[in-house]
Amino acid sequence: MNSATALQLFCLIAPLLAVVLIATVGRAFPMLYETINALVAVLTFVLVLILYSSLGEVPIHTLVLFEPFSGVAIALQAEPLGILFALMASFLWIVTSIYSFGYMRGHGEKNLARFNLFFAIAISSAIGVALAANGFTLFLFYEALTLSTFPLVTHAGTEKAKRAGRIYLFLLLGTSVGMLLFALIWTWMLTGTLDFRAGGILDSDISKTTLNILLILYVFGIGKAALMPFHRWLPSAMVAPTPVSALLHAVAVVKAGVFAILKICIYIFGIELLQELEVHRYLAFVAAFTIVATAIIALRKDNLKARLAYSTIGQLSYIVLGALVANAAGIIGGGLHMLMHGFGKITLFFGAGAILVATHKTEISQMRGIGRRMPVTMTAFFIGCVAIIGAPPTGGMWSKWNLLLGTANTSDWLLLAALIIGSLLSAAYLMPIAVRAFYLPDKKEDSTIKEAPKTILIAMMISAAGCVVLFFAPDFAFDLLQKIQLPK
Amino acid sequence: MLSSHLSALQVVIPLLAAPLCAIFRKPLLTWLIALAVGLACSINSIAILQQVRESGEIVYALGGWAAPWGIEYRIDSANAFIVLIISFIYLIGIIYARQSVSSEVDEKSQCWLYTAWILCFTGLMGITVSGDVFNVFVFLEVSSLSTYILISFGQDKRCLTAAIRYLIMGTIAATFYLIGIGFLYSLTGTLNMADLASRLPDLASQNTVAVAFGFVVIGLGIKMALFPLHAWLPNAYTYAPNAVTAFLAGTATKAAVYVFMRLAFAIFPDDYFSDFTSTHAIILALGIISAVATSAVAIFQDDLKRLFAWSSIGQIGYIAVGIGLASTAGVAASFLHLFNHALMKTAIFMAIGGLFVVSGTTTMAALKDAGRRMPWTMAAILIGGLSLIGVPFTTGFISKWYLVSAALEQNYWWLAGLILLGSLVTAAYVWKIVETAYFRKDPDAKVIRQEAPLSLLVPTWILVIGNIYFGINAQFTGSAATQAATAILSLTP
Repeated sequence: MNSATALQLFCLIAPLLAVVLIATVGRAFPMLYETINALVAVLTFVLVLILYSSLGEVPIHTLVLFEPFSGVAIALQAEPLGILFALMASFLWIVTSIYSFGYMRGHGEKNLARFNLFFAIAISSAIGVALAANGFTLFLFYEALTLSTFPLVTHAGTEKAKRAGRIYLFLLLGTSVGMLLFALIWTWMLTGTLDFRAGGILDSDISKTTLNILLILYVFGIGKAALMPFHRWLPSAMVAPTPVSALLHAVAVVKAGVFAILKICIYIFGIELLQELEVHRYLAFVAAFTIVATAIIALRKDNLKARLAYSTIGQLSYIVLGALVANAAGIIGGGLHMLMHGFGKITLFFGAGAILVATHKTEISQMRGIGRRMPVTMTAFFIGCVAIIGAPPTGGMWSKWNLLLGTANTSDWLLLAALIIGSLLSAAYLMPIAVRAFYLPDKKEDSTIKEAPKTILIAMMISAAGCVVLFFAPDFAFDLLQKIQLPK
Repeated sequence: MLSSHLSALQVVIPLLAAPLCAIFRKPLLTWLIALAVGLACSINSIAILQQVRESGEIVYALGGWAAPWGIEYRIDSANAFIVLIISFIYLIGIIYARQSVSSEVDEKSQCWLYTAWILCFTGLMGITVSGDVFNVFVFLEVSSLSTYILISFGQDKRCLTAAIRYLIMGTIAATFYLIGIGFLYSLTGTLNMADLASRLPDLASQNTVAVAFGFVVIGLGIKMALFPLHAWLPNAYTYAPNAVTAFLAGTATKAAVYVFMRLAFAIFPDDYFSDFTSTHAIILALGIISAVATSAVAIFQDDLKRLFAWSSIGQIGYIAVGIGLASTAGVAASFLHLFNHALMKTAIFMAIGGLFVVSGTTTMAALKDAGRRMPWTMAAILIGGLSLIGVPFTTGFISKWYLVSAALEQNYWWLAGLILLGSLVTAAYVWKIVETAYFRKDPDAKVIRQEAPLSLLVPTWILVIGNIYFGINAQFTGSAATQAATAILSLTP
């Protein structure tokens, strides 16, 4: 076992260091938990970064942790797509930790030890999903992610939070146990393995009907990807405190879902086999429908976080669509969008939280003219909007470009139309928020409003800057994604 | 020298210890005796398993009288595994019992409780190791009679009716079983399991065998609480002392399940269970109905002990499904779940016992705010609950995986679907508990930390940690269960 191989394990357990520290140290000073989380986040990011730099330099072997039954192991294996996901999750964790300094105090949240503890467990689970060497390991961490985020969603402990938690668990556990687990066991029975292998493990000897059913089970069974009709959990999850919505429900949790779909399409089915399956086209239509439908719903939502939640569902379906069109451009577009949307959407959620802390407003119709009072917040928010729409100068452009390219290859014009309409609609539901904030006159009683706390602003500036930097320097992500072994 | 008597010791040690308890009658002393029995038998059970793995089946003629005249103890991978499960659950149960029992049973009666407990353990051991169907009956009665006594030590007066009810059902069960083996004896002239197995195939076409099979199946069905023969169980578990419930939940039905498998697969002719009477299909159907339906009943219970009693019937359903599949994979899944379920359910009932010591009640009301008042106790219930659902990193997940793949192996898609549906129903009652324990109407109220005593928490958590450990590393349990299944399925010549 070389050092790079062992490094995978360190990446996984580094976040748990925060759990141990938070659980053992008392509350020596007010910001202790956030400080611990921020430091551990930096450590985790550095470890993932080292793992990234050793990719291709030294061989990274599969690291088998346990073998519960023969042929099925809990094992880690870093590959390009997973590293990209882990890089994004750990970097944005740092940003979110900075944000939490201001937010959790500014908003007077309670039970901070529990909050920070489960947050760290959730990140560790997300990295477990990213580095999983086989479907079994991926499933384990996927479920761990669901369970560790449940206490975060229901953090407020109110009746509303409780109801939301029930929907959250029921949909995520229900789909994963009812369909994903089922599909995994079935795959295991058919092939005798669940390893992620280049070119896929299922082959065309298996009857087409079986494969079609399997694909349906996988795509809907991964409820975290929020494909309609299993999307309801995401808007419910928005009762959580903003850092949770920002990092987990715009980045870690939902991206774990689409990431799992990408992995399964590439490494379980293999994109060649996927193209032979009738049903991949129909599923692509479901994704296309989700894109348009959620955009229309988002237009009608006045609550800012609800609008952002529906926007997230739509954007996730872009990635699902990228995976399902089953060609290189689609996969690269999907992988890129995972990253670009992550940066864009986290900025928007940070913005929503900043507005909440500074003005206690949650409805878009109340946010007239606040741009003049909170210029930094709203500028960052604006950049986030541009990134989601996919316009320059933000990285969102590259991912949308590749997704369009991939879809155009299938010559299914309806899908292409859905992508374009989806983007136009996203401009229609996001832009008015920024425009209202800057151009409409503000109300008199709002004249006392000031900018949000500094740490919140710093976090927003970092993530917004990230959106722009990714426009000028997307090469690293491109290079990484091109290393995925796809058949020519 | 001693190593050749291991199998007999497993029964003889507790059998001799029980009268000692009755003689001394001091609570602490009797508890120590019970503990010593637990330690000795647990170590012995490991030695037995080791011996079986190294040199195959152990055949021990009791008193030197060779079968078919004498009684024979026969241990292979299948019952060695069960012996191990029951011994360890007994040991942990006894460690736990000291404080739990003192809080529920008065000083004078405690020695009798331990006496009955040791006898019950003797009976369960005897059922498991015996290679003689009549001897099984004898030990079945020993364990049943002592269980009735154990249940009637409960605090609530209703424990008496629960015990009577179980007594009636249990007696019917034993009688059915006895009639069944009586028929077999009249046909074959032997009571030895191995002899029966070799003689029955020639007689398979006789109706008497079919009738005997029917009696035996129903008799054991009652003892293992197979739906719809489960009626005795909820009250018995609810009103028995907490420590006793914890022990019974992990062991009592398990021994009956084992005998059922032994008879169905190893003693009756090969095609009997699967083809001739299609009993396997009935068992499978009853199992899956029970897994889904009784779990649904559990959702509506207000008393925690009753809730988990219903859940136990549901879990027996899963075990029955594995038996009904009648394949190596299916039976292995059943054996595995016997082990896993013992771990999780005993831990849950122990934690409930802890809850009782603090709150004085086991209704849902006792759970209010329990997440903050007693985080460790509550976490034990929670982890047990997650394991019942089959969440990854717990043993329940491993059980589900084995069972679902066994179902898929025979292309029973619908069955795999129903098994997973059962998980969701389980999630409903577990979540009811979580919501009561962890969500509060008044978030600002002061909470006083009042954890269950350490002497209750430690045994509980030993099982909880075991639950997680065997959920991650199922190498030992998986291979032991598979060996057990192969052993029990291939004994027929």
